[in-house]
Amino acid sequence: MIAVQAAAAIPTVPSNAPEHCPGTESEQAGKSNACDGCANQEVCASGATKNQGPDPALPFIRARMSTVKRKILVLSGKGGVGKSTFTAQLAWAFAADEDTQTGIMDIDICGPSIPTILGIASETVHSSSSGWSPVYVQDNLGVMSVGFMLPSSKDAVMWRGPKKNGLIAQFLKDVDWGDLDYLVVDTPPGTSDEHLSVVQYLKESGIDGAVLVTTPQEVALQDVRREIDFCRKVGVPMLGIVENMAGFVCPKCNGESQIFKPSTGGAKKLAEDTGLELLGSVPLDPRIGKSADFGVSFIDEYPDSPATTAYLDIIDRIKVILGDV
Amino acid sequence: MEDTPISRRLKSVKNIIIVLSGKGGVGKSSVTTQLALSLYASSPAARVGILDVDLTGPSIPRMLGVDGHGVHQSTDGWVPVYADGSQARLACMSVGFLLKNKGDSVVWRGPKKNGMIRQFLSDVRWGELDYLVIDTPPGTSDEHLSLMEHLAPIHSRLSSVIVTTPQAVALVDVMKCVSFTRTVNLPVLGVIENMSGYVCPCCGEISNVFSTGGGESIAKRENMPFLGSLPIDTELVTLLDASDQEEKTIPVTNADALPSFKLMESYKRTASSKIFEGMAGMIIEKL
Repeated sequence: MIAVQAAAAIPTVPSNAPEHCPGTESEQAGKSNACDGCANQEVCASGATKNQGPDPALPFIRARMSTVKRKILVLSGKGGVGKSTFTAQLAWAFAADEDTQTGIMDIDICGPSIPTILGIASETVHSSSSGWSPVYVQDNLGVMSVGFMLPSSKDAVMWRGPKKNGLIAQFLKDVDWGDLDYLVVDTPPGTSDEHLSVVQYLKESGIDGAVLVTTPQEVALQDVRREIDFCRKVGVPMLGIVENMAGFVCPKCNGESQIFKPSTGGAKKLAEDTGLELLGSVPLDPRIGKSADFGVSFIDEYPDSPATTAYLDIIDRIKVILGDV
Repeated sequence: MEDTPISRRLKSVKNIIIVLSGKGGVGKSSVTTQLALSLYASSPAARVGILDVDLTGPSIPRMLGVDGHGVHQSTDGWVPVYADGSQARLACMSVGFLLKNKGDSVVWRGPKKNGMIRQFLSDVRWGELDYLVIDTPPGTSDEHLSLMEHLAPIHSRLSSVIVTTPQAVALVDVMKCVSFTRTVNLPVLGVIENMSGYVCPCCGEISNVFSTGGGESIAKRENMPFLGSLPIDTELVTLLDASDQEEKTIPVTNADALPSFKLMESYKRTASSKIFEGMAGMIIEKL
């Protein structure tokens, strides 16, 4: 009884739509409670807005993305497994080479963590004649997140799908990314609006691959299996799996223990079962979380931690798979 | 009171507790499960329901050890899955029960999720319930708005519990969640800090893997009750992660006894259950 929603139509929302606009192409268009009083209600209710052909944003996105060489998605079905931390480390590692232009796009609209992790939470976005300019962490690392657009970090973004999709389209077409070697996209947990939208919007420009992040427990692996199924359904190539929080080394006695036990074989078994590559396992180091809270790069701060070695090996492997070494 | 299919269906539910958190992976589902188990144990006649509205990443079936069960249709609506077998006091409903294959992804946009939530609220035959605990996905989006919209007619019976971990990154998202509860006028019973400290099994040293104290300080600052902190309990992680397997490997010693509620028995042995008992007590008092 569960069917996958056709991945063809991207609901569009006019800029003057009310907060809970169901999307002009939805069946509820013009009929939902939110539509009362909206200037577009009649047009939407007449059905004229449905199936109106390709999204008008697509050619603009294609043009903007034509100067971006590699587009990488960081995905995970489960929340809190370290997607944003990994995204930040990956981008920092790319940007360590000063000739490599790197961008991070955070499409976790309801819970953006990227600004905090990169230590730029108080920045705002400026617009110029060529579009919104990303916030630069360093000369060659630009970042865009909804976190830069909120009046206060306390504000909740209570948006339904269509509004989130609209913002993702804007991030792709209106941000002045410039020439980029890498664009790393951080996503929210799940397989819903944000994921479908970014995949559809980038279809023409091509996604180079997705990195799937997980933790060792079955509860997380279950969700990652769903994400793999999603990638296969929508045709996104997968670079491999990263296992986070694998094993904990006590800072006092150096004894290793498993906080999140791989009760069903962990990411290794998942990789075997799904035919994907296990890019590496990163041990749980409390300093990783601290670094994220303070907005500093863990691999630069603690170069001798086993977790740093694991991160760097994974990043090298990603570069090899992409053919960039 | 407005009369809708949902308000008619939920007329027999005394209290509805929504478990929220802006951030993913902080333990909403594990807190939901523990809260349900503790409420269940609070009285020998307590009837508890769990509704999992995390549609694209349902974890509740796994945690309750009822992975792979199916939902049956009856003339009076969908029959929930009972985690305690024949006692039928712990009912559970999740999109996980509707999937053919547990690796299948549910790739839905907002309107479809909204429809599913409406169905969950109006079509599930919960029967008489003392508590309905609702587990939510991370964020403040479609699922949350739909819940609030559909439950508006019975708003007086709604309350929420906010779960967080101690790091700054999680607290930023939790603040958003607090703003959400204020905007939609949802009472907050309290904040629970999860993953607060980890005891090394070799030397007993307590490591603050994800820092500490953040939950309490945010509760104080925002003037919300603080229910307590739960340390990382590997026993609990393992129990909730593999409960169904455990059940299969333990041989049934007394063949003619009723299928007992193994999860509950094992849960009572964990350190977390003692801490949670206190929290559940505070929650019951507030209700």
